[in-house]
Amino acid sequence: MSIKPVSGPHVIAVRRVDEIMGLVIIALVPATAWGLLLFGFPALYLCSATIGSALLFEAMCLKMKGVEAAPFLRDRSAILTGLLVAMTLPPWAPWWIGVAGSAIAIVLGKQVYGGLGQNLFNPAMLARVALLISFPIEMTTWVNVNPLFFGPGPIDSLAITFGNAGADAVTGATTLGAVKTGFSNHLTLPGSLSDYNGFLSFIGWERGSFGETSSLLVLGGGLWLLYKRVIQWHGPVALLASIALLSTVFHWIDSSHYLGPWAHLNSGAIMLLAFFIATDYVTSPNTPAGQMLFGAGCGILIFIIRTWGGYPEGSGFAILLMNATTPLIDHYVRPRIYGRYRNGRPIDISQS
Amino acid sequence: MLSLFENPRLRGGIHAEEHKVETSGVPIAQGMPLPKRLYIPVQQHVGKPAEPLVKVGEKVLKGQLLAYSQGTISAPVHAPSSGLIADVLDYPAPHPSALPIRTIVIETDGLDEWVPLQIPVDPFELQPEEICMRVGAAGVVGLGGAVFPSAVKLDLGRKNQIHTLLINAGECEPYLTCDDRLMQERAADIVTGIRLMLRGMNAPAAIIGIEDNKQEAYDAMTVACAAYPEITVRQVPTRYPMGWDRQMLRYLTGWEIPADGRATDIGVVIHNVATAYAVFKAVCLAQPLISRVVTVSGGAVGKPQNVEVLIGSLMTEVLAYCDTDKAAISRLIMGGPMMGDALPRADVPVVKACNGILALAAEEIETPDVKPCIRCSTCVGACPVGLLPLEMASRIKANQLDAAVDLGLKDCINCGTCSYVCPSNIPLVHYFKYASGELYKRQQMEHKSEQTKRLVDDRNQRMERIRLQQEEEARKAAEARAERQRQQEAAKAAAAAAKATEATKVTEESL
Repeated sequence: MSIKPVSGPHVIAVRRVDEIMGLVIIALVPATAWGLLLFGFPALYLCSATIGSALLFEAMCLKMKGVEAAPFLRDRSAILTGLLVAMTLPPWAPWWIGVAGSAIAIVLGKQVYGGLGQNLFNPAMLARVALLISFPIEMTTWVNVNPLFFGPGPIDSLAITFGNAGADAVTGATTLGAVKTGFSNHLTLPGSLSDYNGFLSFIGWERGSFGETSSLLVLGGGLWLLYKRVIQWHGPVALLASIALLSTVFHWIDSSHYLGPWAHLNSGAIMLLAFFIATDYVTSPNTPAGQMLFGAGCGILIFIIRTWGGYPEGSGFAILLMNATTPLIDHYVRPRIYGRYRNGRPIDISQS
Repeated sequence: MLSLFENPRLRGGIHAEEHKVETSGVPIAQGMPLPKRLYIPVQQHVGKPAEPLVKVGEKVLKGQLLAYSQGTISAPVHAPSSGLIADVLDYPAPHPSALPIRTIVIETDGLDEWVPLQIPVDPFELQPEEICMRVGAAGVVGLGGAVFPSAVKLDLGRKNQIHTLLINAGECEPYLTCDDRLMQERAADIVTGIRLMLRGMNAPAAIIGIEDNKQEAYDAMTVACAAYPEITVRQVPTRYPMGWDRQMLRYLTGWEIPADGRATDIGVVIHNVATAYAVFKAVCLAQPLISRVVTVSGGAVGKPQNVEVLIGSLMTEVLAYCDTDKAAISRLIMGGPMMGDALPRADVPVVKACNGILALAAEEIETPDVKPCIRCSTCVGACPVGLLPLEMASRIKANQLDAAVDLGLKDCINCGTCSYVCPSNIPLVHYFKYASGELYKRQQMEHKSEQTKRLVDDRNQRMERIRLQQEEEARKAAEARAERQRQQEAAKAAAAAAKATEATKVTEESL
């Protein structure tokens, strides 16, 4: 009998990287489906272009690195990145916006750092911010709700995504955009938000990025991930709580200038950010305490940028800034080791 | 989300697939046929190996001393059955390396004849020192896997004012049920052993910690302890590595052992439950530790069960007794699947440390390819010690051992929890074992070079001393020579003066 000696443990848990990525993708399905329903075929085409090109760029980079691409493509991380990029784009954006987003996310956001697990910044958020700065018009053209089968058909939609017919659509501003524009026209909040409906905003019947409009569905996906123990609660809770707290305090001080917590939590990418971006394994801190710090930092930055910054939405910038602090947080926030104080000194006998 | 409501005293850990039902309901088998030959290594404990005192060809009786303990931390070994000493040779050890160690081979005669045993009339009349002595003489060692000589621990306890004896009956490793079965079937004897340990250490109270997946064992122990208020039986959550005694202690009492100290520093001594049973046998029946209960399980085993095995039986025989399909074994493990050792061969003896023999089939150990770390920090959440396995591994990978030590490498207990949960299947604990080995090697090298340096220094000092001594002697010799010369000259001068005086006198007389 010949038996190869190996080191323990000799049994392992069953959840693998590809399974985790798969669970996150499943959690995003309801919000994605809602986006497709709301914005029709152009959104579907854009989503396909983004995911397809993400896979393509991933394969290209791996080939250039001289690594066999198939096992890495199967880990589903590129699909997830492509999907996340698509979800943050305006639903009727032209195809090249999506492809450029995937290129930025996969090539600049991930592979130049060394691939899966090595990147400092969240690829999808890097793509969103780069696109927002580079193509401000395309990135802030918000189409009105145009449900599937009521809007343009599959053939006409081809022209919207791959041609240049997007300009014909009826567009308007998002909640946060309206607030920002209102202020520059010296309007107060109630004036610029005359048609704001908190409930519609929550279920997602409104203008906005393809995957972000329904806070309800994104929140549902996030809670499911929590239940599945794919993500931990510390980051999301800290993020949402810090925004809720800040907006409540400022809204209470001056309700004509500061949005209330309900509007803040339902607008823009907050829910997606809290449950799917701030919980990104690679770019967020390792410890629960670190994740809370990270989440709170994101929340505070988002509130500051939204309220006093030049952009209506601050999520992308906030997350990138906090990504940059992750190594620092990881350096200073560490778990306490058994039998030691936090500073690493063994505990005193009288203390134990 | 659930971690919000968890006990703050319980950190990390995993709930692995248990695989315990296969063996937990089957009574301990005692009918294993007596092997023709028994292989008894003289080193079955932490500390110095025992020294053989039997000769080849000598007849021995069951329970007779084969090798005596030497040094303060050591334990003797005894004959598991009667027969002739066939050989004293170097035989492969039950270890991943299978390196040979000194082993006494007994050719059994089938009579299984005991040496005369000195059974005490009432073991509780014995003095504490006497109890410890009997435990030590019986070769009892920690049967949870650490195999530390039990008498040494008891003595240490008596000298250190112990207030609590913790009996570790966690048995958190998957597959293993030997402690479970022992508690179900021999609870009363175990409790007697615990009471003897308390008396041996002059300690007032004992706590027994049992994982809550062993309800029958818990019930049996509770009934057996009912008459003894000094012993409490407590359930702990089923969460590997609960059997790590420091984790169990913290969970049950909130006390934490300092990182640089041991349990006795805070007034606690921790023993495994099977050890308590061995103590009962040693003191009440005067029987040395010559057999133990071993869990035989795994996909390749036809009749998974716990077997009372004589120390020194070959694992091949134990596996055969349990109808094992040899061809189906793709990994043989001594101990549990988390921390046990994979053995390269099966014809090695069962030793005191062996609580399980697992013959795992291919589907039980399937290992997917290693993927890059995605920093998911699952390992951080699972580490019971509070370490950052992913950070430590990346430092070790970059060959920055000191950085890994700063992160707490030396506090790692090698429980394997991090490797178990890693979704990228990175062999984290393997990195830590490797790094610890490297550190040990480095320490040895430093020690060696220090020693060399000391030798060189000593030699230089000696040479210097000799040189100074020689110089001193040379100086003294020179001084003596000078003195002699001076004296000679003085004498000459005196003689000359005397001569001159004489001459003057003569001249005067001649005038």
